[in-house]
Amino acid sequence: MKFYIPPQIPRLVIAFAIFISLFLVARHFLVPDTFGKYGHYRAASLIDNANPEIHYAGQQACFDCHQDIEDLKAKDVHSDIHCEVCHGPGEKHVLSSEAADIFKPSGREFCGSCHALNAAKPKSAIFQIDLNKHNVGKNCNECHNPHQPWEMKK
Amino acid sequence: MNPHYQHLYDILAHSQGYIFPNEIDLQWGILIVVYPFITGLVAGAFILASLERVFKVKILKPTYQIALLTALSFLLVATLPLISHLSQPQRAYEIMITPHSSSAMAIFGFVYLWYLMVVLLLEIWFDYRHSMVVWANEKKGVMKYVYKILTLGVNDISPRTLKWDRKLGYIITVVGIPSAFILHGYVGFIFGSIKANPWWSTPLMPIIFLFSAMVSGISMVMLIYMVISWFRKKAIEVNVLDSIGKFLFFVLILDFTLEGLDQIQRIYEAEESFEIIKLLVSSKLYLTLFVSQGLIGTIIPLITLAFLQFYKHQIRLKKTIYFIIGLLVLVGVYSMRWNVVIGGQLFSKSFAGFTSFKVGLIGLDGTLMAAFWIILPFGILAFLLWLLPPWKMVEPEE
Repeated sequence: MKFYIPPQIPRLVIAFAIFISLFLVARHFLVPDTFGKYGHYRAASLIDNANPEIHYAGQQACFDCHQDIEDLKAKDVHSDIHCEVCHGPGEKHVLSSEAADIFKPSGREFCGSCHALNAAKPKSAIFQIDLNKHNVGKNCNECHNPHQPWEMKK
Repeated sequence: MNPHYQHLYDILAHSQGYIFPNEIDLQWGILIVVYPFITGLVAGAFILASLERVFKVKILKPTYQIALLTALSFLLVATLPLISHLSQPQRAYEIMITPHSSSAMAIFGFVYLWYLMVVLLLEIWFDYRHSMVVWANEKKGVMKYVYKILTLGVNDISPRTLKWDRKLGYIITVVGIPSAFILHGYVGFIFGSIKANPWWSTPLMPIIFLFSAMVSGISMVMLIYMVISWFRKKAIEVNVLDSIGKFLFFVLILDFTLEGLDQIQRIYEAEESFEIIKLLVSSKLYLTLFVSQGLIGTIIPLITLAFLQFYKHQIRLKKTIYFIIGLLVLVGVYSMRWNVVIGGQLFSKSFAGFTSFKVGLIGLDGTLMAAFWIILPFGILAFLLWLLPPWKMVEPEE
């Protein structure tokens, strides 16, 4: 007895063979050049990741121009807080020297993002105040110099 | 200030307690909620279709092709929310061409292509081949050639060949059921395998995803069946609704039990993460978990479906209730996806704080985009129903 193959099967085999070949051809052209050089990833992505756009300048770049602030900070509890923690990324400002290119924070909420009373933070680690009670209506920098917080303004 | 940093400062003001810096901003947004929702509809719709085919539930016949075409429409869109979320459409295809077994995400290419090419398209092809051959002979102009191409030139409609269509289609369905389970189990696995996240990391996750997928797929096919009948001005058969309702009821019970078990296990174990999870579900997830997923999406439909099993009067009212239940269940499953995806990112892995999530309206990762990806499959389905109308199919002579 002759073995019967339904007519759908050979046609589907051809269709799948065409699909798989097209897939392989497309894959040949679409897989990035450096893919698989070191592992299952695009090797050139290492170079991309090593060269991201720079946003932060680092505090030495700030001190190169703002020597006075460096001296102020050195005397008080904010000495370990780098400039860009509060002022945001500063590379643009370093390159342009424009005042508009750096963020100058103000307002109780901003200081509160570190200093607001928070049960999850140990009191010994950071000084905390209750924003709802402590000199309500006043801005922090009316009394405190953020660069030298305990040197109270008169 | 740079808008990105302004955005970070804004959310930081809404975070509570102690969180790590990389937890301030959610990495996975609303598009990642839509992705498992759509994939779930695919798996669920397919499983409903298989019920008719493999388990010979004859009464579901009118929904068989609708379920298959629904599954195909949603599957074609399933990857697109991911692509718009990544905002890199120019290299989105790379996940498909460089599949790999070493990573849950890189294996996606295999899972997706297997399900699309080997399961869905083949099953639909075997099912429609007879009709397409007949349509190719009846139609004129371009459509004649469209159907000719779709038959792949297999024009033989002798009883012997048609019998093979059914036989091979049956084999594909049998292969398709575990494939549908794998497709959606895989989506659950993506979350369940992240051991650093106590809200996600449970081996039950793939199974929970699977059952909620079945719940959503069955509801969606029921709704689509009702809408199609309404458009075609045909009576909605209440027997069909009743038996879909019965399956929906059983699967919903299973789904509810599994999710309940998961939570009971979590409560009883009360690991170190339990305190923060307790806070999470009673505050930020309260509405979406207890009200939307639990009450609206599970309890009310369960009670109503149980009641409808006995209620035999006022057919019109009964149909309306089924329609509303279908919608409620979909809302519930969508909320479940939300609770998993968004909920899992709201609490800090320090277990000592929360961040907050505000979904945007516009942009590649916004609400409008998400709505677009949910609506698009209905457009595709309308096209498929026009191209391959189930109600014009040629009935095989037994």
